[in-house]
Amino acid sequence: MVTRSGSGEYDRGLPGAARSASRDVRTLRADFLAFEHPMHGKPLAYLDSAASSQKPRQVLDAMREFYESSYANVHRGVYELANRATDGYEGAREKVRAFINAESTREVIFTRNATEALNLVAYAWGLDNLGSGDVAVVTELEHHSNFVPWQFIAKRTGAEFAAIPFDAKGELELEALAEIEKRGRVKVVAANLISNSLGTANPIPELVAWAHERDAIMVVDASQAAPHRPLDVRALDCDFLAFTGHKMCGPSGIGVLWGRREILERMSPFNLGGEMIRSVSLERTTWNELPHKFEAGTPPIAEAYGLGVAIDYLTAIGLEAVERHERELTGYALVRLAEVPGLTVVGPPLERRGGIVSFTIDGVHPHDVAQVLDWEGVAVRAGHHCTEPAMRRLGISATTRASFYLYTLREEIDRLVEGLHQVRQVFA
Amino acid sequence: MTYDELYREVILDHYKNPRSYGVIEDADAQAEGQNPLCGDEVAISLSFDGDGETIADVKFRGRGCAISQAATSLLMEIVKGRTAAEVAGMPKEQLLEEVGIPLTPVRLKCALLGLGVLKVALHRAKGTPLPEEWGGLDGLELR
Repeated sequence: MVTRSGSGEYDRGLPGAARSASRDVRTLRADFLAFEHPMHGKPLAYLDSAASSQKPRQVLDAMREFYESSYANVHRGVYELANRATDGYEGAREKVRAFINAESTREVIFTRNATEALNLVAYAWGLDNLGSGDVAVVTELEHHSNFVPWQFIAKRTGAEFAAIPFDAKGELELEALAEIEKRGRVKVVAANLISNSLGTANPIPELVAWAHERDAIMVVDASQAAPHRPLDVRALDCDFLAFTGHKMCGPSGIGVLWGRREILERMSPFNLGGEMIRSVSLERTTWNELPHKFEAGTPPIAEAYGLGVAIDYLTAIGLEAVERHERELTGYALVRLAEVPGLTVVGPPLERRGGIVSFTIDGVHPHDVAQVLDWEGVAVRAGHHCTEPAMRRLGISATTRASFYLYTLREEIDRLVEGLHQVRQVFA
Repeated sequence: MTYDELYREVILDHYKNPRSYGVIEDADAQAEGQNPLCGDEVAISLSFDGDGETIADVKFRGRGCAISQAATSLLMEIVKGRTAAEVAGMPKEQLLEEVGIPLTPVRLKCALLGLGVLKVALHRAKGTPLPEEWGGLDGLELR
């Protein structure tokens, strides 16, 4: 679809001094109208992209255009407008396929969000494949969306539920796998690529190898990776991978589950109803082919289309460039935050960290930190970030989290640090 | 708005020096609760006078943001000497007035955590009504 000029210039192939990175970020920021609206009289410093990203106008315009010119329900209409809608929806599926280097669009299932994608696996695969004597393994770093479904389905099926612990730096302790294995037959390992609360980039290749050696499947939550770095499901060699559209410049209401075709074909459906059937009679119902078997009901049509446009947008900029930009910012943030007295950063060193920095400040609750920062126009998240087991292991109840994206400026990190000095003053 | 308006001196004072902080041994009623949004925690214990209705003493323990802890501390001062029925029927506006700062919906939950927990404690001891938002939450867990 339409990609405005300007968005493609992002740091791409330019030798260091040719053009400063910050200049390119400014060009690209013009695509995000949210930054034109001041907060409490100050420019918005949006440091909460790990929760959800802002949207470029290309995505918003394209969705509006789609609704105005190409919208109808998908798949079974015989008229031209329905064909256009189906083309838009299925075209987005192909964009997702290419984005994660999947073998076939049959392996790409649209869901409502990453949570629904992970629940799909836990229910549709877990209910039929887990039982007494089996072990479902997650990590203590998981978002609740990749933790609670497995805990729940394990309980339902009588399987054991185990979680890989992590160390003081927020890095998984893989040596614990030896003990976990003693609890039964490991059938599934579920882990996130990048921790949403601490920013840890987890050793997924090691976990995939460990799982496959035991004939277990590997489920990867890529919610914090897909928006920020190149993804390749074939190189990862996992069995399922989930992510969500709204964290990667796309709309909310659209998520993706990629699954290995052989496994998807053997699985029972998740939601039942229209679209996912082949034939229905009083005696018997048979299932539609992949991926429709897993897409019951009218799907999020324009949202899928919008996600496709977001993928175009990100691809034109280049995920490598986005990753590089965020790494620079994260390194800068780690240095600057160290200047704030009483501040403790949690999580791993820069080399094994995504664009997420979680921290605590002595004597001030994260909610109060975030409240004061809000008045400075700096938007951060405070809380347990849907990772209560991780907080418990760290012995804290919450952190303040700043997270970065392709549009984040260095000076926004400066404003964060200034705001934190203000926080200390208010609570002195 | 200035910082003085949002974190009034009285809020910061109650946060840093909480009143009635602690646990009552052999309490007549107690309850604890969390705010799932930010992990604020409050535990409240209380004892009744000889009439079995008037709150003779009440204490809280907790950790969390300034709003949740200060509001609970303020609450302790308001409810001491009042009856269980009075406190159970106390409108949240009365506490919010004491807190006296503008609150967004998220921070409202922080400010009202202590009042909710106190009403749960009274409900358990005296069968007084639960606040609406706590209905059905008592004792629910993963099955």
